[in-house]
Amino acid sequence: MGTVQSLVSVFLAAILTENYVLSKFLGICPFLGVSKKVNTALGMSCAVTFVMVLATAVTWPIYTGILVPNNLAYLQTIVFILVIAGLVQLVEIALKKYMPPLYNSLGIYLPLITTNCAVLGVTMLVLEKAAADVTYGYGHALVNAFGAGIGFLVAMVMFAGVRQRLETCDIPKSLKGLPITLVAASLTSLSFLGFSGLVEGLMG
Amino acid sequence: MNEILIAVLIVAAMGLIIGLILAVASVIMAVPKDEKAEAVLEVLPGANCGACGYSGCSGYAKALAHGEAQPGLCSPGGEECVKAIAKVLGVEAGAIERKTAVVKCDGTGENSPLKMEYQGITTCAAAAALHGGTKNCSYGCIGFGDCVNVCEYDAIAVEDNVARINPAKCKSCGMCVKTCPKHLISIVPLKKQAVVMCSNCDKGAAATAACRTACIACMKCAKTCPVGAIKIENLHAVVNPQLCTGCGECAKVCPKNCIGMMQ
Repeated sequence: MGTVQSLVSVFLAAILTENYVLSKFLGICPFLGVSKKVNTALGMSCAVTFVMVLATAVTWPIYTGILVPNNLAYLQTIVFILVIAGLVQLVEIALKKYMPPLYNSLGIYLPLITTNCAVLGVTMLVLEKAAADVTYGYGHALVNAFGAGIGFLVAMVMFAGVRQRLETCDIPKSLKGLPITLVAASLTSLSFLGFSGLVEGLMG
Repeated sequence: MNEILIAVLIVAAMGLIIGLILAVASVIMAVPKDEKAEAVLEVLPGANCGACGYSGCSGYAKALAHGEAQPGLCSPGGEECVKAIAKVLGVEAGAIERKTAVVKCDGTGENSPLKMEYQGITTCAAAAALHGGTKNCSYGCIGFGDCVNVCEYDAIAVEDNVARINPAKCKSCGMCVKTCPKHLISIVPLKKQAVVMCSNCDKGAAATAACRTACIACMKCAKTCPVGAIKIENLHAVVNPQLCTGCGECAKVCPKNCIGMMQ
C-alpha cells in the first residue's frame, strides 16, 4: 500500500469504522450535552478537531522522546492529561488575544474539552496502533487525529439533527428528555455498524 | 528507588514547564477586561429576565458600561439597583418610575359565566385553543393561571376565575405579559389612574351578551375625560397612562362599570 493510500485509509477509518463516539464510545459527555442544536454542535466539534490534532502533535514526541527512553511508558495517561489540559489553556489564552471572534464562538467549549476522554483516547490509541504497525508514523497519527475529529463532527451534527426532529415529536412522558436521547444515540451508533469493513473493502 | 525518582522528576518538570508557559502566556497575551461591565453586573439582580430589552443581565451590564443604555431599565432591581448602577458608572441616577402589570379583564364567574364544562389540560394556553377559552367572553381571562406559574415574585393570584396582580409585589418583569394567551396583561406606571378592565373587541350587543361588565365602546369616558387620555381602540376604551391624571370622572360615567381606579 502506498503512503498516500494508507493515509486516506486511516482517515476514512477514523471517520466511519472507528468513529470515536459511535463505535468506541468516547466523548459521550459532549455528544449528549452539546448536541441540542446544529450550530453549537458544529462549534464544539470544530474545537475538538483542533485540539485533537494539536494534542496528538504534542503528545507523540513527548511519548517517543521522553517517556519511552526513560522506561516511563506507564505514566502515559497522567502525563497526557497534564499536557492536554495545559495545551487547551494555552490555546484558549491565545485565541482570546488574537482571534476574538473565534474565541467567542469556540471559547465556551474549549474548557469543556480539557478533560474530554475522546481527546485523550485519540492520543493514546494512535500510540497503540503505532506499536502494532511499524509503518504507522507521526503523519499517520496526525491524519488519524484529524479524522477522529471529523468523525466526532459527523456524529455530533447527525445527532443534533436527530434531536431537533425529536423536539417536535410526541414522546411518551416516561421517555421525555434524557431517556429518548439515549435511545436515539444507541440507534445512531447501531447505524454506524453498517460501515464496518467498508474501508478495508475500498482500499483492500 | 532511582526509577521512581526519575519518574517524579520528569512529571514534575513537565508540570513546571507547562505552568511557566501558561503563566508567561497569560501575562503576554492578557486581554484588558471590561472592569466597569463586571462591576455593574455585580449590582444587577441577576434574574436574567430580559425586561431591560437586553439578552440577560450581562448584556445590559455591557451596554451600560459602554454608555449605550440608561440605568433605569432594570425593573426587578428597582430603585436600589438604579442607585447602585449610577454609583458604579458615576452618573446621575434619575428618577425611576415604578411600574406594575395589570390584567385588563373583569370577567369574574358572575360577570362572564362559563360556556362549557372544560375537562382538558388546565392551562390557559390549552383552553384558549378550544373555542377561545372556557368563558362566554372569548377575549377575557381564562383563569387557569399560566401567568401565576411564570411569575417569579408570587405577585399574581387567580380570584373568582380572573387573574389579579398585586402591585406591591409586582416587579414588572413582563413575564406574564408574554405568557398570557389572550394578551390581557400590560405594564403601566404605578400611580393613581384609571384602567379599563376590559379587552373585548366585539360590538356593543355581542360584548354585553358575553360579559356583564364588557366595554361597549359607547365613548362616554372618552368624551368625559378632561385631558383626553381615553381612546377607543378595537371597540373598547384604552387609557393612555401618561396622560391620565386619575381624576376618576370616566369611572363615574361608565354605564357598564368596567373602568377601575388604581390607587
